[in-house]
Amino acid sequence: MITITKTHKKRLGTVFLIVFGIGVSVALLLVAAGIFTSIFVTPTQVMAGEVPKDRQLRLGGVVTKGSVQHASDSLLITFDVTDCDHTISVQYEGILPDLFREGQGILAEGRLQEDGTFLAETVLAKHDENYVPAELADTLEDNACFESGHEKI
Amino acid sequence: MIPELGQFALILALCLAVVQTIFPFIGAARGIPNWMAVARPAATGQLVFMSLAYGCLTYAFVNNDFSVSYVANHSNSELPLIYRYVSVWGGHEGSLLLWAVMLSLWTFAVAIFSRSLPTAMVARVIAVMGFVSVGFLLFMLFTSNPFDRVFPAPIDGRDLNPLLQDPGLVVHPPMLYMGYVGFSVAFSFAIAALLGGKLDSAWARWSRPWTLVAWLFLTLGITLGSWWAYYELGWGGWWFWDPVENASFMPWLIGTALIHSLAVTEKRGAFKNWTVLLAILAFSLSLLGTFLVRSGVLTSVHAFATDPARGVFILAFLGVVIGFSLFLYAWRAPSVGKGGHFGLLSRETLLLLNNILLLVACAAVLLGTLYPLFIDALGMGKMSVGPPYFGLVFFWIMAPLLFLLGIGPLTRWKSEQMKTLFIRLRYIFLASIALGLCLAVVMIISFPDAIYNGLLGKDVDLTAFWDKVTTALVVFSGLAVAVWIILSSVQNVREKLSHKKGWAGLRSLQRSFYGMTVAHIGVAVFVIGAILSNAFSIEKDVLMKPHEPLEVMGHRFIFEGTQSLNGPNYDAEQGVVRVLKNGEKVTVLYPEKRVYRAQQQMPMTEADIDWGFTRDIYVALGDPRGDEGAWSVRVYYKPFIRWIWLGGLLMALGGLLAATDKRYRRTRVRPAAKPVVGVAVSSAA
Repeated sequence: MITITKTHKKRLGTVFLIVFGIGVSVALLLVAAGIFTSIFVTPTQVMAGEVPKDRQLRLGGVVTKGSVQHASDSLLITFDVTDCDHTISVQYEGILPDLFREGQGILAEGRLQEDGTFLAETVLAKHDENYVPAELADTLEDNACFESGHEKI
Repeated sequence: MIPELGQFALILALCLAVVQTIFPFIGAARGIPNWMAVARPAATGQLVFMSLAYGCLTYAFVNNDFSVSYVANHSNSELPLIYRYVSVWGGHEGSLLLWAVMLSLWTFAVAIFSRSLPTAMVARVIAVMGFVSVGFLLFMLFTSNPFDRVFPAPIDGRDLNPLLQDPGLVVHPPMLYMGYVGFSVAFSFAIAALLGGKLDSAWARWSRPWTLVAWLFLTLGITLGSWWAYYELGWGGWWFWDPVENASFMPWLIGTALIHSLAVTEKRGAFKNWTVLLAILAFSLSLLGTFLVRSGVLTSVHAFATDPARGVFILAFLGVVIGFSLFLYAWRAPSVGKGGHFGLLSRETLLLLNNILLLVACAAVLLGTLYPLFIDALGMGKMSVGPPYFGLVFFWIMAPLLFLLGIGPLTRWKSEQMKTLFIRLRYIFLASIALGLCLAVVMIISFPDAIYNGLLGKDVDLTAFWDKVTTALVVFSGLAVAVWIILSSVQNVREKLSHKKGWAGLRSLQRSFYGMTVAHIGVAVFVIGAILSNAFSIEKDVLMKPHEPLEVMGHRFIFEGTQSLNGPNYDAEQGVVRVLKNGEKVTVLYPEKRVYRAQQQMPMTEADIDWGFTRDIYVALGDPRGDEGAWSVRVYYKPFIRWIWLGGLLMALGGLLAATDKRYRRTRVRPAAKPVVGVAVSSAA
């Protein structure tokens, strides 16, 4: 025969509070994680209109050869990012990472503009021969045009 | 020949590790003294062979033996000698070797400094550590052998990653690994106690100094890593919420919870099951970190070349270790004794809250780190969780934790009166609010150009006004809570001295009390540094033409152009930037852009920093623009950023003070009084 005493009730209450607290925190964390993520997209997805506007995005692809243009009196830079099928023009104001180069895979973090160009807040390039952002590595593997030549990523 | 010797030493170390696991374990279970006595000599032997293997790899590096694949991939004949010594841990295989060497060092330390412990306990502890060692040595020999040869041997090596060619590589990884691996001692003590069924405050007293030492090394390792990233990566950030940073931060959070709950277990005999669980968790997270970094499931600055076989192996090992420990915990924990009672308001309660908040913080980091993996695995697209998530979540978790930190040490064990606590702390509370407000206002007035979005991250879409309001609130609460921690620590010392004044009073306090006070003040110092540098940094990425001045925070920066420079194994363009304040010279900075001769494809930015107690001036070169000698340059003014690392150092110092407290040393001296155990062991050996 189990009798529920006052102490038991108190304890049950505490346990309930703890479980409830943990539940609420996990829910809040999930919501926060959902809000503060940036989604990885490729130029093809952008062109197909599958990409939400007004959201933080990570655009991945290869910098088209001969497309990098520096402004003469500011740090404004424009270049094209391609995944073989489609190309997006990217604008960035600032200093590029050391390993940013034409023909290299990069990730541009920022937002899509109304005119279809991409405004980058951050540009990530690979850190050394072995390091390629994970999302990018998969995309590049799927596209045969980068496997030839020295640019094996 | 030498690399084969190293390989052979590794295999022998593995054999010894197997012996070290099986004999003491069975010996302790069946009560066979001779089998238990195998533990210490086996641990010693393992250290000898691991050191030999380590020495062989170092020899291969120093003598440029590029027939060893690992050396060929991580060194070069032009690499300066000092970096050839430390590039042993500059890659995947070697850092695992370092991990295993550290483990054998810790095991040896346990074998030496545990003379006062019951023989069965020591045997079990060393057996568990032996088991961990078996796992890592198998992993190394089967999937990541540092002694693999290549044929034909390349003429020269591919060189060490330029980012790693820095004094930071000398100190950061060893410290961090000492911490990571050190938690294996607390883990082994916990498992041994579960196996032996004896979980008392003596157990807590044994594991406490070990845990503190591991924790202080981890603190140092993380602090050094943050400082290194700050000056080496050239972006001027000190924490990036990079998956690998998170991997080291999670065991730190749990380790911090562990050293606090161990205090309760030692002093009051309570929280036993909880403490054991934390010890298991801390080491499991160290292993999880290793898995995340080494398997290549997450990419980051630290990730080395990926290989699925490695990931599967570590995951399996992780499953065995965590699964076995949790099974053992579920099976044995409820029977190993209940804790003492305590009131609703007592130090026990506050330490419990500390533990819960730290655990929630760890869960938040884990969630943020693994979230992209889950989403990807579920086929819901690829995404990444950025600093804004961590910044926001940490603010809400740390604010109550830091507030309670000011109360906890002043609260009595068992039961405390709300009223007396209120009377003791009310003036301090008001003073913290007032002082926090004053400091926040002073900072906001003196930094009108600061980047106000630093605390919220860049993708929170708020108008500038709200950014300023939130920043002001965050700055105020951060400063107030830091002042609160410092003042209440001082109050605690004063109360302790109320019956014995002056120097004699200060001397009468326990060293572990000083440890706690110093570490808590370290937390406050860290909070001040983190809040102020994040909220008030001024970051200008600009195009600098020669001799054209730039004004930042009352400082005049004049770019004098660049000059060529030849380093031992690199060529560099060195910029010359004069910094003036009120027409007087402050400093001349020489940021560099280096190209290492062995790796022409990978230029390196070397920032130059004029560091100070209240501000850093940070200048890094971008790239040359146009024909007139102009460069893109990062010019950063970072207030109080040194306080971040100063805080970390103070926390580590606090850990050192607490770990060397008299009462732990006394237990080490005890064998002189009770030589029977020692004699029995040495004669059996």
